[in-house]
Amino acid sequence: MTALAHPRSGIGRVFEHRFMQYRRSYRASIFSSFLTPVLFLAAMGVGLGSYVDGSTSPALAGLSYLAFLAPGLLAATCMQSAAFEAAFPIMSGLVWSRTFHAMHATPIDGRDIVLGNFAWIGARMVLVATVFTVIIVLFGAAASPLIVLAIPAAALTGLAFAAPIMAFAATQRTPNKFNAVFRFGITPLFLFSGTFYPVESLPAAIQPLAWVTPLYHGVALTRALSLGTVGGAPGLALIHLVVLLAFIAVGLWFASRTVGKTLLRG
Amino acid sequence: MPDTPSTPLATASAPDLGAPAPASSPSLIQARGLTKRFGEFTAVDAIDFDVAPGESFGFLGPNGAGKTSTMRMIGCVSPLSGGTLQILGLDPEAHGPQIRARLGVVPQQDTLDTELTVRENLLIYGRYFGLSRAECATRADELLEFAQLSERAGDQVERLSGGMKRRLTIARSLINEPDVLLLDEPTTGLDPQARHLLWDRLYRLKQRGVTLVLTTHYMDEAEQLCDRLVVMDKAKIVAEGSPRSLIEQYSTREVTELRFAPGVQETLDGQLDGLAERVERLPDRVLLYADDGEAAVAAAHARGLQPEQVLVRRSSLEDVFLRLTGRSLVE
Repeated sequence: MTALAHPRSGIGRVFEHRFMQYRRSYRASIFSSFLTPVLFLAAMGVGLGSYVDGSTSPALAGLSYLAFLAPGLLAATCMQSAAFEAAFPIMSGLVWSRTFHAMHATPIDGRDIVLGNFAWIGARMVLVATVFTVIIVLFGAAASPLIVLAIPAAALTGLAFAAPIMAFAATQRTPNKFNAVFRFGITPLFLFSGTFYPVESLPAAIQPLAWVTPLYHGVALTRALSLGTVGGAPGLALIHLVVLLAFIAVGLWFASRTVGKTLLRG
Repeated sequence: MPDTPSTPLATASAPDLGAPAPASSPSLIQARGLTKRFGEFTAVDAIDFDVAPGESFGFLGPNGAGKTSTMRMIGCVSPLSGGTLQILGLDPEAHGPQIRARLGVVPQQDTLDTELTVRENLLIYGRYFGLSRAECATRADELLEFAQLSERAGDQVERLSGGMKRRLTIARSLINEPDVLLLDEPTTGLDPQARHLLWDRLYRLKQRGVTLVLTTHYMDEAEQLCDRLVVMDKAKIVAEGSPRSLIEQYSTREVTELRFAPGVQETLDGQLDGLAERVERLPDRVLLYADDGEAAVAAAHARGLQPEQVLVRRSSLEDVFLRLTGRSLVE
């Protein structure tokens, strides 16, 4: 009757499964997590930056454009990468390979599956953000030692997207709508949430739109840490953090429901 | 078929009846008025059944009869809409994870992780049951042997044939040494050779005392594997018994199949009556139900009937199903 043993941590077992899968494909993903920041920082930060720095914009307040841009890109890259990781593997587990249904036939339940996958995405984001941050430092674009804390801030930014996208992915039977999420959700956020220029440069009417998106808060928090300006407005940093955590908490609550529902439907 | 001399699954022995077997009844599974509804549609309509320890129990019926819905409720992954269900003496609603810890499940659709290797699929599955890595490794190797997949252990699952994937799924379902093995259409879609290999493996499990619960729409599968079965049709159980007793009860000892030249069968109205205890007209042939098939053939010839083909065979569950529902099982 050894089979009666119940795993102490279902979440840990789901995480272990994702790690096992990752071991088979990590080479490609490691390469791209190095390449993306190098390309972006070289093209936008150094290339575009040499134009911008000549224009003496008051918003930059004496910063190099590279130093301004780098933390924004860090947070935005985590968003994109987490959104992808939250959409397709969830669809695969529930619809394509149906491995979540196999897990659900064991003592594992829907909540374990959601939290295990979420924890895995979190670990992936820490890895992506760490690589990115090392490259920022190598580019000489880090203005403060607090940039170490930009790693968890950027990872949280990714997770603030991952949680609600997981909840959405579990309601879909085909990936058709994922394209719309990326094209009309992720890409516009990438462009308009303060990654490339301060949100204050946008027309006043649409600035509030940026405030309700997690990327705006993620970018602002990551940037405040990278530039070392966080001490000047600790209250603001706290608000950014709370918004990110709220997206995560609400997203996970919905994801547990939608994943659980899809598992019971069969 | 190569025979494995050792018994790699010696540990997967009969359920330990001394341990937490249900005190109230000797059934491993007991359903009363079990019902599953999806909106307005009733998939399972108040069925009763019992499965005893060590028994091999089957749900036989056409697609859409409610077999899979029943299996999913037994597997504690689909809530009941009505009635009661006890599995290993426990209530699935309150003790789903505890029950699932003691079940082995072979779903109708493969749910293997195609990104992992054959062996990794077994290892990670054992981890879901809380087994240590060392224990998972030992069992995985035993089960690979049992499923005749040892040589493919390091291959990616994607590259396996359909029959191999099914065998891997069965091996995976045994990693926790389950008290009950649930198999939903275990051989659907496999070629005859792969099916026979799978039946052989299941028969071995049965001989070791593993309780099997399976659904099928194949008569031969039910006859080979089931000690007892229920025939399901349109969400209800229409008959219950051993394959032999069902045949005795609902059919004759032998069946004579007559095939006529195209167009002839339609002209034979009155001439078939009374040739046997029961005469069944199918689109492509006529079935004569009589304990003595040869006598029925002689009677047909005596009436001047000239079938192109004559086959006298033993009655099967297909005949039982036809009798009970007026339809054949596999269209």
